[in-house]
Amino acid sequence: MSEYLVRRLIPAVPILLGVTAFTFVLLHALPGDPVLAMAGERFDPEAVASLRSQLGLDKPLHERYLNYMGGLLKGDLGESFVSGRPVSEMVLERFPKTLLLAGAAMLFACVLGLFAGVLSAARPGSIADKVGMMSTFVAVSMPVFWLGLLLIFVVSVKFKLLPPSGYGGVDPRYLILPAVTLGAGSAGLIARITRSAMLEAVSEDYITTARAKGLSEVRVMVKHALRNALIPVVTVMGTDFGSYLSGAVLTESIFGWPGLGRLTLDAILKRDLPVIEGSVLFMAIAFMLVNLLVDVSYAFIDPRVRVEERKGES
Amino acid sequence: MVGAVGAAAAVGLHAPYDPLGVNLKDALLGPSLEHPFGTDQFGRDVLSRVLYGAGISLKVGVLSRFIAVGLGCLVGALAGYYGGILDRILMRSADVVMAYPALLLLVAVTAAFPPSLTVVFLALGFVGWPGVARLVRSLVLSIREREFVTAARAVGVSDLRILMRHILPNSLGPIIVAFTLGMGTAVMAEAGLSFLGLGAQPPEPSWGSMISHGKDYLRSAPWLTFFPGAAISFTVVGFNLLGDALRDVMDPKARGRGGRMGANRI
Repeated sequence: MSEYLVRRLIPAVPILLGVTAFTFVLLHALPGDPVLAMAGERFDPEAVASLRSQLGLDKPLHERYLNYMGGLLKGDLGESFVSGRPVSEMVLERFPKTLLLAGAAMLFACVLGLFAGVLSAARPGSIADKVGMMSTFVAVSMPVFWLGLLLIFVVSVKFKLLPPSGYGGVDPRYLILPAVTLGAGSAGLIARITRSAMLEAVSEDYITTARAKGLSEVRVMVKHALRNALIPVVTVMGTDFGSYLSGAVLTESIFGWPGLGRLTLDAILKRDLPVIEGSVLFMAIAFMLVNLLVDVSYAFIDPRVRVEERKGES
Repeated sequence: MVGAVGAAAAVGLHAPYDPLGVNLKDALLGPSLEHPFGTDQFGRDVLSRVLYGAGISLKVGVLSRFIAVGLGCLVGALAGYYGGILDRILMRSADVVMAYPALLLLVAVTAAFPPSLTVVFLALGFVGWPGVARLVRSLVLSIREREFVTAARAVGVSDLRILMRHILPNSLGPIIVAFTLGMGTAVMAEAGLSFLGLGAQPPEPSWGSMISHGKDYLRSAPWLTFFPGAAISFTVVGFNLLGDALRDVMDPKARGRGGRMGANRI
């Protein structure tokens, strides 16, 4: 088992290296001089030059890269060009907030998605089924920022139920709208997948056996048919959660949620290179870890995977 | 009451769907018979802008996919056919690109250049190619071992010809499906980018930027955000349906997970 983990982690290293290198090149080699961006309209060439050397931007590319990598190994991600604060501090400050939002969104998506999926699978062809599936199509196709604005309009403006934006920690009043906005698409996807996987399972022999044994319909559905849906659902959970963590940028912008996505977006627009590099790296790692977790969890959910891995070894 | 008369004329002339001219009347009128979608803060007819924006979204959907699929096919075919080191290098590069959260990469790339629609196409193509490459690679791998390929090789047909005349045509089905399935995402991504201010610039009526400007008037003129967003949703639903339908036609076994809407399985 741990061998499996190690085998999965090894190829991750060159990818991470690739990610840092690529980010670095992308940011430093592209048009858009950060120093000029900071200097503004009227600038004094001398001040610009000294700022440049202060930030180390006058050194050649490979030297800067090596410096950066060196710092990385020590856990130093550099300082923000804009605020001067250590990047690692900024990232770690914002990350839990994004994590909170991501977790809430995923919770919402799973609960709603699984519920709708099971309901549809239990009564295929019924009105509930048709309505459910039609709404999933819409849910998946709605632009996140639009859904967010719609929700704000309906809930906060028209009915004045919840505050339209802001951060309140675990306070549900501030958390609900962004979480629902972020999670809606995933909920739709999960519902569809659950439904089709369960329908596939229901026609299998073991379900007939369970029914013949006299188990209640609910038990049959939940305990046996649902298991079948878990693998694809977990996959979706993994990839979507990964992308939430990696920067629900749009949702965070609309709701004024001070998370990692917004940090990165602001940094990109201000050309704050160290912050961009640091947070992108962080997000790529988080994304990869989540994927790894998903892969590992397959082994738990589906014993067949474990057997196949064994076979693959010999 | 800015006179976007130039833009108005342009919309009037270029919108193939919209014979109505865009006039300046009062700003921020609600939906009415004259202006079914209302007017925006400059007095422009929202309906016309939405329709014109459709042209932009279609262009994005199609062109960016061409770039992504074109690149992806090239890389995937090379990797799958020749294997070995080339394969590993190419696929690792694909992995690196895929390690990034898509929107962030898009934002980073588009922000680095002066904003324009062309940059958006290229960026979307750049973000989309790895997925296609993986698909094409696996297709090539499976076809490569078939007899007619071995036969062609034995006869001495050049590699390029084999790829072009034998392997690619046999892979066309899934590639087309991948193309269409990505279109919805491309449109969504473009909307997101223009919402953030990167991409098509005002006064071009890209739906995303319409929503972005409209949100400032959310309380007083909600139609400014509602209609472009609804347009985006419909378009994406349309592309998704198209992709699903094509997939069912070309590759019935792939239906499985979350495929058709409301279809009865039993």
